[in-house]
Amino acid sequence: MSKFRKGGKKSVAAITTASLPDIIFMLLFFFMVTTVMREVDLKVDYKPATANQTKKLEDKALVSYIYIGKPLNKKIFGTVPRIQLNDSFAEPEEIRDYIAAKREELKEIDRPKMTVSLKIDKKVEMGIVTDVKQELRKASALKINYSTTEGDPIKAISGY
Amino acid sequence: MAREIQEINAGSMADIAFLLLIFFLVSTTMDTDSGILTKLPPMPEETPDEQVDVKERNIFVVLVNRNDQLLVEGELMDIKDLRVAAKEFIMNPSDDPDLPAKEIVEVEYFGPVEVTKKHVISLQNDRGTSYEMYIAVQNEISAAYNELRDNLSMSKFDVKFENLTGDDNKDKRDAVEDIIPRNISEAEPKNVGG
Repeated sequence: MSKFRKGGKKSVAAITTASLPDIIFMLLFFFMVTTVMREVDLKVDYKPATANQTKKLEDKALVSYIYIGKPLNKKIFGTVPRIQLNDSFAEPEEIRDYIAAKREELKEIDRPKMTVSLKIDKKVEMGIVTDVKQELRKASALKINYSTTEGDPIKAISGY
Repeated sequence: MAREIQEINAGSMADIAFLLLIFFLVSTTMDTDSGILTKLPPMPEETPDEQVDVKERNIFVVLVNRNDQLLVEGELMDIKDLRVAAKEFIMNPSDDPDLPAKEIVEVEYFGPVEVTKKHVISLQNDRGTSYEMYIAVQNEISAAYNELRDNLSMSKFDVKFENLTGDDNKDKRDAVEDIIPRNISEAEPKNVGG
């Protein structure tokens, strides 16, 4: 008989699970602290362009998002690129109201620091982007961020 | 007579915590948003502002057509070469009369320096240009400025420009920005076709 199998029946002591909730709570708090709530449900197809001269956006509370891309639901909305504000499609003229509403939500001292992050699909043509930029100028939301993924843009372009 | 206090069963505590954990896993995101930060020019006032007269040699024209082809200073160019061309234009190292004029400026830490103060990089794109190409051009121009500023900052302060942060480095940052000012102008896009 091997050295390890001694004796006949020995009851195995049950592992105590008393600390299990504590471990799970620890994980829970970790995720609560490090993550942020999802902003919107994406209704447009968004694949970011690549760039390597990027900066991180510091304070999420000061950022508003504008999405542009082809609608995900092609059967209903077609394939022309659309603008998405909050949870619905919008026309360029609606951006001014959207910016005004977002600005209203901020504290007065933070309003000049407001940044608009443009999340634009890489295949979108510049026409619609220009219209959006003109509207942002009219709304005097001048700090903008072209959201990108990290990478070499030249390689990304010659790749297709 | 003291009644025996019953212990509360904590066995389901883990389940409750799991439930919360899964809720937060599903409803939150971790991704940090990064990208190219720029500032748009303010909307012009009603009165037409006086035409700024910029000499031909001080402008670096970058045109992108709807087929994503680059025309730089009147010549077709591959995007690979844009960064080098932009850097040469900004610095004008060989005092070329076709490249921007230099002026002597007194800068803190550096003393009198020759600066191509009035240079402008003018970007113009078609409404049909792809966004990817637009970002690539923006990126290359930014890269040209960043590399030049890094070089200057490394040679003088032994620190990369991007690491010159904080209030005590503000003077140094301003000095580098004085020597290599960032002048990018974006024209309203046209339907140039092509």
